[in-house]
Amino acid sequence: MRAWHPAALVGLAALVAFPFVVPVYFLHMLIQILLWGFVYTAWSLMGRFGFVSLGHGAFMGIGAYLPALLWNYEGVTPWLSIPLSMLLSALLAVVIGYPCFRLKVVGHYFALVTLALGQVVMLTIIAARDITGGSLGMTQKLAGHSWYALQFPEKGYFYGVALVVWLGGLAAWRWLDRGVGREALEAISEDEEAAAAVGIDVMREKLRVTVVSAVLTALGGALYVQYLMYLNPETVSGISVSLQIVFAAIAGGMYTPLGPTVGALLTIALTEGLRVWFGTSFVGAANTIYGILLVLFIIFMPRGILGLLETWRARRARAATLISAGS
Amino acid sequence: MDIYLLEAVVNGVLLGGVLALLALGLNLIFGVIDVVWIAYADLVMCGMYGVYWLHAYFGWPLALACVAAIVGVALLGLLVHVLIIAPVLGSAPINQLLATGGLLYFLQSFATLLFGTDFRNIGVRLPVIELGDIFISYARLIAFAAALLGATALYLFLKRSYLGTAIRAISQDREIMGLMGVDQRRIYLITSAIGGALAGLAACLLALQYDVHPFIGNTFGPLTFMICVLGGLGNMLGGFIAAFIISQIIAIGGYYSSTELSYVLAFTLFIVLMIARPRGILAR
Repeated sequence: MRAWHPAALVGLAALVAFPFVVPVYFLHMLIQILLWGFVYTAWSLMGRFGFVSLGHGAFMGIGAYLPALLWNYEGVTPWLSIPLSMLLSALLAVVIGYPCFRLKVVGHYFALVTLALGQVVMLTIIAARDITGGSLGMTQKLAGHSWYALQFPEKGYFYGVALVVWLGGLAAWRWLDRGVGREALEAISEDEEAAAAVGIDVMREKLRVTVVSAVLTALGGALYVQYLMYLNPETVSGISVSLQIVFAAIAGGMYTPLGPTVGALLTIALTEGLRVWFGTSFVGAANTIYGILLVLFIIFMPRGILGLLETWRARRARAATLISAGS
Repeated sequence: MDIYLLEAVVNGVLLGGVLALLALGLNLIFGVIDVVWIAYADLVMCGMYGVYWLHAYFGWPLALACVAAIVGVALLGLLVHVLIIAPVLGSAPINQLLATGGLLYFLQSFATLLFGTDFRNIGVRLPVIELGDIFISYARLIAFAAALLGATALYLFLKRSYLGTAIRAISQDREIMGLMGVDQRRIYLITSAIGGALAGLAACLLALQYDVHPFIGNTFGPLTFMICVLGGLGNMLGGFIAAFIISQIIAIGGYYSSTELSYVLAFTLFIVLMIARPRGILAR
């Protein structure tokens, strides 16, 4: 096992210490950053290999609604229903992914298929308004402080949950990055036919990363609403969430493990900052700025903030080696 | 035949006309510039707000407001091309899609910022026609006729005019046409403006039937994509036929169950067809 970088250790220690020192408001921000960062990381697992999904709201929607519905109507503990929703998301990912990959639905065609998938899930949730409350959303039945119901009025507990899950997301990234998997996927994203010709099981690699991404997104959605205690089809499913995921992952940089989390930090800091400065009369201001930024990022720095920093560092390192080689 | 079902079918046909117009605009842009404007329906939203403000707020005559909206959205189309599409023309298709996705996000949020999330109605009440036992809204009839007129005008322009021929030629082979002395940049600009104008026309027709709000693009946008892809992206005739298929699914599905479920059915069909016939229903 590779030795831990000292900076990573310090960062981790700081993250563990946070709930004991920062005010509740910041803890609330941090939980959101970690949970969204986790979802964005899950999306990037696919996105960085060129499988751009515009329908991750579908998996978030399943992860959010299934446990809440089972809890409210059947009293099933989230410890059972969340894994169930993850399993369902995995199934959905295979049902959509397998034929798409088999018949080579790629690029923007794949994006449009996933966009439709997100719509299907969101509209199904709205259509089942008798049990889901439709567009008005729903709340889970309160159980006080309960591990069984996975409900904690005190934010510190949820912070712990979010931190563990977020670290799990980074671990998943590393797991997919290790071995031949990543090289195979990079080869596939560059030239699928050539990759298949050198003996890469294209289907297997693509499905693996899609299923992992879908399952983690469902988990993220489940925990997010478990924390907020409110569900709304527009805020956990649908086009705007799917686009928000894409935007944040790209802005932060979807090619580096911490990039998506930086995207979450950026978007949530921006939303909160605008809310604090301008008040709630300025509804839509943050999203307006995201929209402009997304366009600018795509045009000028498609590798995102962390991607740009890495490029700079690599260039500096190269310059340094050139200088030392010259002297 | 059940009278309500008949009414649903007729309304489906009428809705199909406007959807076909939208699909034509999007298809034109895709066929010529090879870029998917995911924010196309949000340009329609801008046009609807234009009609609303000019007519209901500033008291312009409806016809004048509509002309202004069409011109305005055409200009917006130009602006979108120059500011957003032109810089990413050389990038991967997915980046182009995402850049217009950013535009979608921007337009919806900016409209929320400016106008709030209120539903606004332009306040034009058109009579309802009674035809035998079924009721047809006059607004839908006008929309249908105008949409067909717009589609015909576009067809004639593309087939008969010199410029239209150049546009069609460039959609067939963009490298060669450059060698033939066609200014690609100019054709792209004209196409974007025409695409915008079609969105503007659709906006006028939709403003007669629906309230405008910042997220109305989400109602028509995904549908428009589905129609274009079903017809085969860039295939005008296919898009035209697909518009009526989809609008019938929604109308008849809505009659038998709920509106949302009919959309679910339409989107599911889209996913299935996308996988089974990725080049569209007319592909051989």
